[in-house]
Amino acid sequence: MELVTPGLGLIVWSTIIFSLLLVILKKYAWKPVINAVKAREERIKGALESAEEVKLEMEKLKADNEVIIGEAKAERNKLITEAREVKDKMIGEAKVQAGEEAKKIIEIARINIQNEKEAAITDIKKQVALLSVEIAEKILKQKLEEKDKQKELIDKYLKETSIN
Amino acid sequence: MNLYRSIPIIFFVTLVLNFPVLALSEGHDKGEDETFQVNEFILDHIADSHEFHILTLASGKHISLPLPVILYSKNSGFHFFMSSHLVHGQSYKGFELHTEGEFKGKITEENENGEILVPLDISITRNVFSMMLSALIILWLFIYLGRSYSKTGISEPKGIQGFLEPIVLFVRDDIAKVTIGEEKYEKFMPYLLTAFFFIWINNLIGIVPFFPFGSNVTGNIAVTMVLALFTFFITQINANKNYWKHIVAMPGVPFWLAPIMVPLEIIGLFSKPFALMIRLFANITAGHIIILTIISLIFIFKSIYIAPASIAFDLFLDMIELLVAVLQAYVFTLLSALFIGLAVKEESH
Repeated sequence: MELVTPGLGLIVWSTIIFSLLLVILKKYAWKPVINAVKAREERIKGALESAEEVKLEMEKLKADNEVIIGEAKAERNKLITEAREVKDKMIGEAKVQAGEEAKKIIEIARINIQNEKEAAITDIKKQVALLSVEIAEKILKQKLEEKDKQKELIDKYLKETSIN
Repeated sequence: MNLYRSIPIIFFVTLVLNFPVLALSEGHDKGEDETFQVNEFILDHIADSHEFHILTLASGKHISLPLPVILYSKNSGFHFFMSSHLVHGQSYKGFELHTEGEFKGKITEENENGEILVPLDISITRNVFSMMLSALIILWLFIYLGRSYSKTGISEPKGIQGFLEPIVLFVRDDIAKVTIGEEKYEKFMPYLLTAFFFIWINNLIGIVPFFPFGSNVTGNIAVTMVLALFTFFITQINANKNYWKHIVAMPGVPFWLAPIMVPLEIIGLFSKPFALMIRLFANITAGHIIILTIISLIFIFKSIYIAPASIAFDLFLDMIELLVAVLQAYVFTLLSALFIGLAVKEESH
């Protein structure tokens, strides 16, 4: 029975000790501990929230960037297409112009060639005439050099004539 | 803390700690009776005492720490003296400490007419001494913890914070917040934390079997009664209208059931703290009784060859007691929080 009979002294002392413990710990232990833990938790929560915000911000920026990049790409493609068109046009025009120029040059060249040819032919004709006269002269000179020969030749001509 | 690495250390420490119990018990055996009285031996260890017995020498001489005796007698007023004046049944200032009989363990006073009076005894007994010691340990531990936060601020926990903070958070998150609710739990945190650590640390001190530990503080019904009364009064003081309405006139119950319901509710009011008191007292006392019984086997059989089995089994039981120590602290705190939660809950239906 003694075991289950609460003793008065122990009740009094337990009450005193536990009350003191409660009051002192409340002020010097639980308050600082709980406040510190709470402050830390709030800070972590705040940090996480701001991280989330930053993440959203980043995503928005990224999306914006993509739009800008897309626009830039479209612009570039447009510019490239335009440039290509201009180039093709220029090349085409240049080709036509060059062809005409070439034709003109060829025509002039042909006329020149024709003129030169004619001049050359005339020249050659002159030369041939001169050369023919020279050759005839030389041949006659050679034939009439020796007396024998001349006589022979005269005889021959005479004979021929006499026969006739 | 690495749990796996600490298990062998706990085993070793418990093994070493068990030897003084052996020595103590041996002294009892040789000192008094020829036959070993198990009941007395166990009850002596569990019950409170006016001196703190440290050990008994082989010669049968007891070495004890005398504790202050404080008495109030209607006959002669307040008295204050050391318990060493009352050893071996000797009388001091008309007071006598009985070692057996009807007043076993109590101090009585004989007045001029030869009548035996029982004075009010508010001595610093062994349990009060142990409670003061544990209170000092708790104060040192937690004031140190509280102060350490002014250094570390809100950065990550360091040193002792790393061990104690998770337990504090456990009490807050898994006991207070769950049972009382997010809005109101904060007011009751100091009580729940104090109760949890007071019970836990006293349970642990009760497991250590040598001076200045080993007192059965949380296994004493007076202590558990005070703790249960704290919960009871905190519950009643903070109870809201809704709570009283449920006791006096439970909504949704036909009025003719009131003669049955109201007494039941009022019984329930008191059975809750009563259960708290009995649960803690019985669990801790039972643990002590089992451990002491196993040790007693050595003396019952009067054989040293029983010792290895006894010690091995006690080791196992000490492990369980370590678990019970924290479990009972948890159960007491959880149920206290639950009762408080019921009393402060707003009407939800």
